[in-house]
Amino acid sequence: MNDANNSSLRADLHAIAELIRPGEKVLDLGCGDGTLLRHLTDMHQITGRGIEISEPGVLACVRKGLSVRQGNLEEGLSDYPDGSFDTVILSQTLPYLNHPAFIIREMLRVGRRAIVSFANWGHWRCRLSLLLTGRAPMAPGLPQPWHAAPRARPLTVHDFSDFCAQQGMRITTEIYLAGERRITTRRAKNLQATIAIFELA
Amino acid sequence: MDDTPSVGLSERQYFTFAVDEPMPLDSGETLGPITLAYETYGQLNAERSNAILILHALSGDAHAAGVNADGKPGWWDDCIGPGKAFDTDQYFVICSNIIGGCQGSTGPSSVNPQTGKPYGLQFPVITIGDMVRVQHHLIDYLGIEKLLAVVGGSMGGMQTLQWTVSYPEQVCAALPLATTARHSPMLIALDEVGRQAIYADPNWNRGDYYDGPRPNTGLALARMIGHITYLSEESMHQKFGRRLDKREHFGYDFDTDFAVEGYLRYKGSRFTERFDANSYLYVTKAMDYFDLSNGHGSLEAAFANSAHVMYLVVSFTSDWLYPTYHSKEMVSALTCVGADVTFCNLQSTWGHDAFLLEVDTMTHLISDFLDRVVAEHGINLQPAPMALSLPHTASVERSVA
Repeated sequence: MNDANNSSLRADLHAIAELIRPGEKVLDLGCGDGTLLRHLTDMHQITGRGIEISEPGVLACVRKGLSVRQGNLEEGLSDYPDGSFDTVILSQTLPYLNHPAFIIREMLRVGRRAIVSFANWGHWRCRLSLLLTGRAPMAPGLPQPWHAAPRARPLTVHDFSDFCAQQGMRITTEIYLAGERRITTRRAKNLQATIAIFELA
Repeated sequence: MDDTPSVGLSERQYFTFAVDEPMPLDSGETLGPITLAYETYGQLNAERSNAILILHALSGDAHAAGVNADGKPGWWDDCIGPGKAFDTDQYFVICSNIIGGCQGSTGPSSVNPQTGKPYGLQFPVITIGDMVRVQHHLIDYLGIEKLLAVVGGSMGGMQTLQWTVSYPEQVCAALPLATTARHSPMLIALDEVGRQAIYADPNWNRGDYYDGPRPNTGLALARMIGHITYLSEESMHQKFGRRLDKREHFGYDFDTDFAVEGYLRYKGSRFTERFDANSYLYVTKAMDYFDLSNGHGSLEAAFANSAHVMYLVVSFTSDWLYPTYHSKEMVSALTCVGADVTFCNLQSTWGHDAFLLEVDTMTHLISDFLDRVVAEHGINLQPAPMALSLPHTASVERSVA
């Protein structure tokens, strides 16, 4: 059950894990099969809770020895008391939400900080694909055509930065990945990043 | 031949208490002496920390697993036994018949020591809280300070929740399945129709029928109503459709035409062979009174001291008797108090009965959850040396008044 093998963890999850301090209380929204929570529990000794909409996801989490609740994020987090978690994570779920502002505000109410990761449609391949083929681009790492369910709403790094500014949400950390590699240059991140990870407070 | 692993021959045991001093009940009345029929499976470990209490539903009994002397399998034999959801190679499993019942524990058909005749309606009205208080005496008698888990579906789920509120310090984990924290008006209404069916049977005679013919017509009708509520529209389509029952054509009479009619009549009549009509009245009344928030103001307040208990709450998509929103309500309250609650709304077409029928999914869910409870509580499942076993496991009655 213990996943001590760091390298097996997807690069974006690994980048999130590096933001987590030992012993934190972590809520993972849309936790899927519980891979990240299991890793955080084993490697960072966190107390983890997950929310997942799909039955196979929930059963996989229980199998991994995790505490998980089947539910729809759109219903909100109203029964979680203010500040009951150190960190609330929204990993690769943002484009599927109908009310992202509501949910991120809820994350910041329930947690001391929020970590949001998403695939970046601003990547140069997406732009080139639209320009050259005239067809809606698929996000890097999300090979999902426009008509597949659940429907995703494309967004870019700039879109999310603007959104945070409008909403008055303070960005405390930004991490950009190009595939497995972390981008360290200061320029053109929206062109280069396949996945962005934002820490908000 | 069925070659699935089983706990084998199970033996009904009895525990009697409240002999000298009757036990106070929620109603203000008292009851004593009280006898509980119970069965146990598996072995207690050295630390007596691997005990799981199974709580049965309306018509259940202490015979949850294995086969009894009559060759009858236990009502949850699919889930209790070696390698099953409640693995008797790892856990010591206890199941007792509720008070107010009629399968070995004290109830309205038991002899009232004051009169030498069956209690009938002299039997005090009992509550889910009373059922749990009595089980607590049994656990005490068995020398178990803390239960690894309490578990039950339907009315068993109500007792499960009640355990975590009445005795939170004595429970590591709770598994309320297909249940509710308070009986809804619809549930009360359905129960009342069942009770009216019994009252309307002339043989009922205000509960005084033990010397004569029994109110079987009323009881069978009550059971038929119950069975409809345990199914779903979809499962009725699957199970019966519009098939005829032992007929090629419509009879154009009032005998049984449809398979679903035959099923209900059969289930109703079989029920009268094993269940007492007065018990049906008392037990349904206990369920109707059930509201965990009673005396606390809110469900959150009721769970205030249960935040350390680990919960696995399960509902089923087609259960219209205890629909998912009932489970969500308790999950919300438990989340509010900070409890560790796992919740799953399982896809099933079986209606309320799903908690007994979705064996494969339940087996994984329950055994995975229990593995975590054992790990987080640092339970050592090593069996006890023989000498450290139960006080008296033979069917002796012992009074611990």
